[in-house]
Amino acid sequence: MTQVSRRIVVAGYGMVGARFVEELRRRDPDGRRVRVSVFGAEPHLAYNRVLLSTVLAGGLSQDAVRLHDRGWAAKHRVDLRTGVSVTSIDRAARRVALSDGTDEPFDELVLATGSCAWIPPTDGLLGEDGTLAEGVAAFRDIDDCARILRLARPGSRVAVLGGGLLGLEAARGLTGRGVRVSVLHPVGHLMERQLDAGAGAVLAGTLTRLGVDVRLGVLAKRWSMATGLECDDGTTLAVDAVVVAAGVRPEDGLAAEAGIACDRGVLVDDTLTTSDDRVHAVGDCARHPGTVSGLVQPGWEQAAVLADLLTGSDPAARYRGTPVVTRLKARDIDLAAVGEVLDHECGSGIDGVEVLRLDDPSRGRYAKLVLRDDRLTGAIMIGSPDAAANVIQLYDSGAPAPEDRLALLLGRALPPESGVVGGSVSPAQLPATAVICRCNTVSKGKLVAAWRSGATSPAALARATRAGTGCGSCQQAVAGICEWLNSAEPGSPALRPIEGGAA
Amino acid sequence: MTATHCPYCALQCGMTVTEIRPSAGPHPGSADGRPREVATVEPRDFPTNAGGLCQKGWTAAELLDHPERLTSPLLHGEPVGWPEALGHIARRLTALRAAHGPDSVAVFGGGGLTNEKAYLLGKFARVALGTSQIDYNGRFCMSSAAAAGNRAFGVDRGLPFPVTDLDDADVVVLAGANVAETMPPLLSHLRGARQVVIDPRYSATARQAVEGGGLHLRPAPGTDLALALGMLHLAVVDGHLDADYLADRTTGFDAAWRVAARWWPERAERVCGVSVAEMREVVRLLADARSRYLLTARGVEQHAQGVDTVSAWINLTLALGMPGRPGNGFGTITGQGNGQGGREHGQKADQLPGYRRIDDPAAREHVAAVWGVDPASLPGVGRSAVELLGALGMPGGPKALLVFGSNPVVSAPDAHRVRERLESLELLVVADFFRSETAALADVVLPVTQWAEEEGTMTNLEGRVLRRRRARRPPPGVRTDLQVISELAGLLDTAPAAAFPSDPEAVFTELRAASAGGPADYSGISYPRLDAGEALHWPCPATGGDPDAGGNSRPCGDPGPGVHPGTPRLFLDAFAHPDGRARFFPVDHVGPAEPPDGEYPLRATTGRVLAHYQSGAQTRRVAELAETVPESYVEVHPDTARRAGLVDGAPARVVSRRGAAHAVVRCVPTMRTDTVFLPFHFGGEQTANFVTNDALDPISRMPEFKACAVRIEPFAAPPHT
Repeated sequence: MTQVSRRIVVAGYGMVGARFVEELRRRDPDGRRVRVSVFGAEPHLAYNRVLLSTVLAGGLSQDAVRLHDRGWAAKHRVDLRTGVSVTSIDRAARRVALSDGTDEPFDELVLATGSCAWIPPTDGLLGEDGTLAEGVAAFRDIDDCARILRLARPGSRVAVLGGGLLGLEAARGLTGRGVRVSVLHPVGHLMERQLDAGAGAVLAGTLTRLGVDVRLGVLAKRWSMATGLECDDGTTLAVDAVVVAAGVRPEDGLAAEAGIACDRGVLVDDTLTTSDDRVHAVGDCARHPGTVSGLVQPGWEQAAVLADLLTGSDPAARYRGTPVVTRLKARDIDLAAVGEVLDHECGSGIDGVEVLRLDDPSRGRYAKLVLRDDRLTGAIMIGSPDAAANVIQLYDSGAPAPEDRLALLLGRALPPESGVVGGSVSPAQLPATAVICRCNTVSKGKLVAAWRSGATSPAALARATRAGTGCGSCQQAVAGICEWLNSAEPGSPALRPIEGGAA
Repeated sequence: MTATHCPYCALQCGMTVTEIRPSAGPHPGSADGRPREVATVEPRDFPTNAGGLCQKGWTAAELLDHPERLTSPLLHGEPVGWPEALGHIARRLTALRAAHGPDSVAVFGGGGLTNEKAYLLGKFARVALGTSQIDYNGRFCMSSAAAAGNRAFGVDRGLPFPVTDLDDADVVVLAGANVAETMPPLLSHLRGARQVVIDPRYSATARQAVEGGGLHLRPAPGTDLALALGMLHLAVVDGHLDADYLADRTTGFDAAWRVAARWWPERAERVCGVSVAEMREVVRLLADARSRYLLTARGVEQHAQGVDTVSAWINLTLALGMPGRPGNGFGTITGQGNGQGGREHGQKADQLPGYRRIDDPAAREHVAAVWGVDPASLPGVGRSAVELLGALGMPGGPKALLVFGSNPVVSAPDAHRVRERLESLELLVVADFFRSETAALADVVLPVTQWAEEEGTMTNLEGRVLRRRRARRPPPGVRTDLQVISELAGLLDTAPAAAFPSDPEAVFTELRAASAGGPADYSGISYPRLDAGEALHWPCPATGGDPDAGGNSRPCGDPGPGVHPGTPRLFLDAFAHPDGRARFFPVDHVGPAEPPDGEYPLRATTGRVLAHYQSGAQTRRVAELAETVPESYVEVHPDTARRAGLVDGAPARVVSRRGAAHAVVRCVPTMRTDTVFLPFHFGGEQTANFVTNDALDPISRMPEFKACAVRIEPFAAPPHT
């Protein structure tokens, strides 16, 4: 009996849908186990949404962010249909209806529909027909990106609604292109989901220095091309365009209409399965307990787990959540935030909790560590790139934090007390065991002993000890020691016998 | 006084060996009890070492008259005469071949063997033994870089330019290279450059780079590939792509970018731990410099993704327009003395002389013609080193093994298993000059010459062919490897005796013919040309003019009309692929085969120290070197040590799923808290390879020496009895 491969339908061909299909084919390259059909609402091949802010900043062309080449689907035996979306799910018949009027059967359905931009109820943002009004762009997909670039020419003025991660990346990117940008943020400090107030203030200062006009606690009231953007603080900004980056909403309508349990996202368990056993969800449209949406890493990890399960590669695979690391991708701003960021007031009073903080707004630096029982549970790092890289690795590994908390906070250890400044140590200060020539393991003691035996020039010392005869980089140091010995007064410590002999 | 080269690493420092008349008195080091001349070593001005020598080189002569030197064949541990030893081997081999077929006998070579030995050993396996089962320890050394170089450039020569080109570099990036320990005199060529050292440890190399104003990037072990992808991403995003070079000289960028596009630097940073700011700085340094080089070594190559990791670094250099341009380039730093020549002349399972592929019909035909045999009689591709060692004594695996110039009991991964396989053999033969850990297991041990007692050629890290010269007579009872192979072939009587000459120059003359027309073409190189002081880098094909005539009469460096001058710099006009272009390869990061977990929470990495070489079989016997680093140690962060209940100087066990290595704790504050380091030069309980993972790269079959999961714990030595 020939085995019939199972039919998997994927609704959504974004970063996570595409990744899921790649993970399927990595486990089942020739399609023996599963047949797969993918439907993408956008007409494009899958692209890398994370890089759209880089496109906005001018670092990449739109073409460069494509995830797949044209031949990808055929090469990997994938039935890919772009510009076609799933319009409804018939769970009983196990079929999906498609926007082109056809339908498709499935054994397993995977929802990877992502999220959409949330448009705040500010007057004038939407036109009569419910689409974005003239001069308004969202910042979610590649067409949005193209629209923003059409609206925001060098020298023009643009308001960005939203001082979260995406809004700030857009603002910084546009500033780099010569656009004059104002960021309006309704809350009292920037990126309040990831930062405490102190960090928010440092970030606002850094953005201001880079030419971004930051307006906190301000809500946009009304937009029109003619008057510009009216705000609730009574000001009106004479901007040419508005970029909306006020947050995203999971695209869970398809599941909800089919009676699948949803609550601000399609609810899934550790097997990425919804309330219907044959329907799964991954990425931004899914809501897994304890997972923050809006980042790609959780979606990719979910894709791998679901591919393990649906190909039978690892029936025990489970998704247990992803530690959240936030990294602002904006030139000249180095910002990382992980885990919990306790408020200013809380912290060190709680049992087993340590909070360390460095607040240096005039240099654009802020560093904060939260530790519980010796483990790092949260951190914010602004303007301290090396420390950030270490902290992220420590957070991800869950290993105990190093004893030297200050080094962790600063990204480097302080020099030892009365620290000698690099390299310029006088020969007298060196211990006899200090190795002067690494290539030939010659210590200071050995050189002094040789000198005492009559090798009183650098060349004679080299002949006697081989110091300086390897890579040659210590020749100056050897000459220095020789000079020191030659100039030493008779009876001085340099000429006394060396304790422990010539080490 | 004899001009020759150091016996150890691939830098092949120039040295002279001088014999001094001994004073009166007892001569315990002399094998025959008679007073012997004492040999001493002096550095010699040569481009690679510029008159320098490290401690290993300076003390190299100590081993020539070492009291533990083998001077008689051993049969089951007892001294016997050569006829008896060789006769025993020949009888056993003949019987095994008759009973189980030619593949029941295997051969294991080494990257320290001269070109002549490597060549004759490969021919001996294929023609006299008829076995496909031959490989060598270079598999543990250069195989990943070789495979990546071949697929990117169409040919693999470690450095496609002379070492001295580095003297004028503005920026040199050393990825996974610790040259301050492994080949110190090389540093003299890097002094003018801003150095960037990429290493999980703050190694001696990293330290001297930082002290000289350079940079040290410190990725977690096994994450170099993610780092290289993040840097390629930045090269694109920050506008450093060399578009003209990409268009004119390369293919495949788009596919490589599709992967690198997914490694935005913040994602790479999370995996490798190197900050985006540092990645950006290094990419900018490379992009802005006039003369820049990127060199890899074992640190990035000895991984189950070693080939892909090297490809990722090559991709970065191609994106920046470096390879094949004067004053710029990519290279890999070869490790063993003849690591380059040793991988070209047929002791590798898939290779024939001249860097030809054994599964290429045209290559088989050419080499078979030189050897005077039917191409169909040549065996096909055999098992690679780790697979070969793993198959010994197993059903369908070899039942006999001949080892030349290698000590796999110490140097191969998962050493417990290697020992178990070797012990299961019906016949183990080891040719060495000391009773190495592997020789200690052998049925027959054959005492062979050392470097100063033999003639031959070596090919150094820059593809330059050098003369090794005999400075003194070998001790009585000792024979050259070539004599051993030649006599064994005679006793086996499966091929004409003349097919296995023992004279090095005669072997080299045959090697030239066998390599002619291959990628590593030596046909225009001769002993007279080399002896006249010519600097000959392969390829150096024979031309209309007689290459042998190029020698004595002409001044050094002038090959004369009609004679090929060798190729110091490759790729200046074209790469070695048929279309002349270098190829990007789309490579993605997967990570180490054995990630840390709750039970084994640390990552172990292994490497070399200055005072020792390879398995330490030689350097541990040099008093001065043994005194410098007498025993194994484990470098560990003080916090990590404290949490394991250890202090500096305490005896510890480093434990993996495969075994444990004993080592003394060295607390090093610059270590990553998640990483420990073990030197691999020690045997017995201190064998680092008891813990390493033999997960293999799918292409190069390189084992993953540089990253495995371990824990560290105190070890209480049993009381002395």
